[in-house]
Amino acid sequence: MERYIFYILAAIIIVSAIASVTSKKMLRSVIYLLFTLCGIAGIYFLIDYNFLAAIQLTVYAGGIIVLIIFSVVLIHHIEMELEVAKLSKKIITGLACAIGLGVFLTTIYSHQFNVVENFNSTTTEQIGLKLLSYEAGGFILPFEVISILLLASMIGAIVIAKGKKLTDKNESK
Amino acid sequence: MIAGISIYEILTVTSILFFIGVYGFLTRKNLISILMSIELILNASIINFVVINKYLYPDMLQGVVFSIFIIAVAAAETALAVAIIINLYRQIASVEVKDTEIMKY
Amino acid sequence: MDITYTILIPLIPLAVFLLLGIFSQKIKPAVSGLIGVVGLSTSTLLSFYTAYQYFFVHGKINGVYQAIVQKTTWMNFTDNLHIDMGVLIDPISVMMLIVVSIVSLMVHIYSIGYMKGDDGFTRFFSFLSLFSFSMFGLVLATNLFQIYIFWELVGVSSYLLIGYYYTIPSAVSAGKKAFIVTRFADLGFLIGILIIGYYTGTYDFETLNNPEGAAILNWTSTSFMGLSVLTWALILIFIGGAGKSAMFPLHIWLPDAMEGPTPVSALIHAATMVVAGVYLVARLFPMYYFVEDGFALNIVAYVGGFSSLFAAIIAITQTDIKRVLAFSTMSQLGYMMMALGVSGYNGHEGVGYMASMFHLFTHAMFKALLFLGAGSVIHAVHSNYLKDMGGLRKYMPITNATFLIAALAISGVFPLSGFWSKDEILVAAFEHNMLLYVVGVFVAGLTAFYMFRIYFGIFWGKDTQYKHAPHESPLSMTIPLIVLALITIFSGFIHFSEFIAPDRIGFEAHLNYPLAAIATAVGLTGIVLSYIFYKKENDLADKFANAFGVFYKWTYNKFYFDEIYLFVTKKIIFNLIAAPIAKFDKKIVDATMEGIGNKTVVISKRIKGMQSGKVQDYAFSFIAGTVILAIVFIYLWTN
Repeated sequence: MERYIFYILAAIIIVSAIASVTSKKMLRSVIYLLFTLCGIAGIYFLIDYNFLAAIQLTVYAGGIIVLIIFSVVLIHHIEMELEVAKLSKKIITGLACAIGLGVFLTTIYSHQFNVVENFNSTTTEQIGLKLLSYEAGGFILPFEVISILLLASMIGAIVIAKGKKLTDKNESK
Repeated sequence: MIAGISIYEILTVTSILFFIGVYGFLTRKNLISILMSIELILNASIINFVVINKYLYPDMLQGVVFSIFIIAVAAAETALAVAIIINLYRQIASVEVKDTEIMKY
Repeated sequence: MDITYTILIPLIPLAVFLLLGIFSQKIKPAVSGLIGVVGLSTSTLLSFYTAYQYFFVHGKINGVYQAIVQKTTWMNFTDNLHIDMGVLIDPISVMMLIVVSIVSLMVHIYSIGYMKGDDGFTRFFSFLSLFSFSMFGLVLATNLFQIYIFWELVGVSSYLLIGYYYTIPSAVSAGKKAFIVTRFADLGFLIGILIIGYYTGTYDFETLNNPEGAAILNWTSTSFMGLSVLTWALILIFIGGAGKSAMFPLHIWLPDAMEGPTPVSALIHAATMVVAGVYLVARLFPMYYFVEDGFALNIVAYVGGFSSLFAAIIAITQTDIKRVLAFSTMSQLGYMMMALGVSGYNGHEGVGYMASMFHLFTHAMFKALLFLGAGSVIHAVHSNYLKDMGGLRKYMPITNATFLIAALAISGVFPLSGFWSKDEILVAAFEHNMLLYVVGVFVAGLTAFYMFRIYFGIFWGKDTQYKHAPHESPLSMTIPLIVLALITIFSGFIHFSEFIAPDRIGFEAHLNYPLAAIATAVGLTGIVLSYIFYKKENDLADKFANAFGVFYKWTYNKFYFDEIYLFVTKKIIFNLIAAPIAKFDKKIVDATMEGIGNKTVVISKRIKGMQSGKVQDYAFSFIAGTVILAIVFIYLWTN
């Protein structure tokens, strides 16, 4: 049962990812990306990381996708056709990616993984403790760093998006 | 663990997803599309973290924690990128890559 | 005897040079002249003090004048070979100090009047100080390298002063000519220095000149083309000296150097710099004398004798009075060289050496006097040419009198200084080389003739009508004339032989009456002949010129030496050697380099295209590179 669900999810992920990078319509491309992200969240559910799946859905599918949609809407007409790369460039890039993929897969399949059979489930509490622990193996420092990074990027985003034009206008007044 | 699914299959899927992202990154002509391709690449790597954590080191949580960090960084990055794109659009009324090459030479 | 203070003699003019040179725009002309004169007066006083101390108080120990050296090591090459800087006090350097300081001081004073109102007044005085500094340094040098440094410095100051009127093309080219010709000769000097340094391991004069020293005793050790290497070195050094002293065939720059202001001609091209060559040979005299039994010294003698004859003949036909004096200088320098060349070493044998230095001294005085007198005349009539002069004795009595004294002195008339020194030279020549003696006597006659030719031409002869009535020069110009005239009259009575001798012991020189009588007779004959020719305006001279015909023309054109040099340099060296080399340089060497440069530009333009500025192109390269590296490291580099 889980197996088939995984295959379905994998198919959704890959097909919608391909659709996302090839679609000529901007907004559709974003929606295909949304499907991919949801598929990935499904995989997280499958391997029993429910908290991670929740984050994936809220932050990615909820936050980032909305952000991107906003920027698309601000900048483009929704039905606007995208410029497409030349065929030759597509083929060359595709070939390079295929070769890279080949390298990856042969490497992966020639490697012997020490898989540990388990069906542990992880609670949110464990993750929270791990994040905020300051003992050996704890992640309190990266956690704080990330929070500062988020703050900084928030301020930065505001400053950049505000732009020079506004201040220019103020000065000209 | 997913019953009946080996780690190889999942890694295959993530590899494919990664290269789809790369392909998109290289062929799309639009900054927002490029941003989306980056999201694909990031997601592929996140899945890898999580899966390897689950399959090889089930007693630990490092992979999960790192995934959370990556998602946070991706959110920050997206917010900044969107801000830059909007500002750029104000300046040159375009978000096409071919119009943003004044930094060359 | 402490001689540290002598370092001040060159350093004061250097300080004056720097002061005037740096602040030339700020200092008023009158002040700069005063500074120059005061500075040089100090040097002169110090020189006299040094001379007094050396000759009469401390210098003589056990009847021999000691060379006093004070020096510091400047550059070390090997344990033995090093270049020093210092001062060397011995009879000839002290004598040269006196000569240089007196003439330089007189010229400084004279220039205040002569250069008055000139735009570059301060510049002129700073150059004069630079020259004085260099000349003092040259005189006091303790070793070959030091003398070479100052040798080039006097060359530079000479160049600067010849080209002083830099707006006149002929002055500029004369400066260049002087510099290039003397530089060319200095190449010989430099090679000679290097040979000496290599084979004897020292540059120091005292070590080199020691008759019992290794440098002189071992001259046979290495030979090259049949001659000792040291002889070659000495010949090469003599070439340097010949270039500076305008010996045949390197004399061509001296007549052109008269383009400079007349005081400069008096100082540099009559009294001091041009005798540097003589001084150099005298400085190395023991080496010249002992190495290979004086082979190089013979060359010096014959070159000197020929130059004196050659120049005297040319001087007869020249019409520019400064050029006559220039050729006269060259002729007298040849005399000095000749005297050195026929000199011996011990006791009375050294009369030639002594006579050379004696003549150097007296000649410096009366030739400077002649030049300054000529300058005074030129100042009055604004022309260098005999045809514009005549009958000036009425307008310029002092110049007339002093010029006459100098002309008599150079002609060797008793009892003026030239008589004594010339007599000693002729005695030395008579005792060693009959041929050179005959040449010397003949030149003495010629000298008297051409000297009085210009004297009569300037002060007697035709009564030229002047646009502005010429008048006597100002006091600042006549005082040096009078001082120099007095020195000219009395300096012959100094007993040079007691002070200056090659072995530094000194000897009693006696007048050789028959020889003196012959020389005086020849000199008087020359004077009488020119009296007949030029006293009154007549056509005798032209008749004689016509009688000589071609010879006269050749002489007038200085035997076409300038033309020969031009032919050799332009036609042969430039066209046949330099031009092909230049072509090779341009077509092959340069072309290769330019080709490499151009190819680099082309390639870099292509490479530049890769910097498209598009993020994706970079990303593609990046990813492709990563993939390739991954392939290489994972599959191809497996062991």
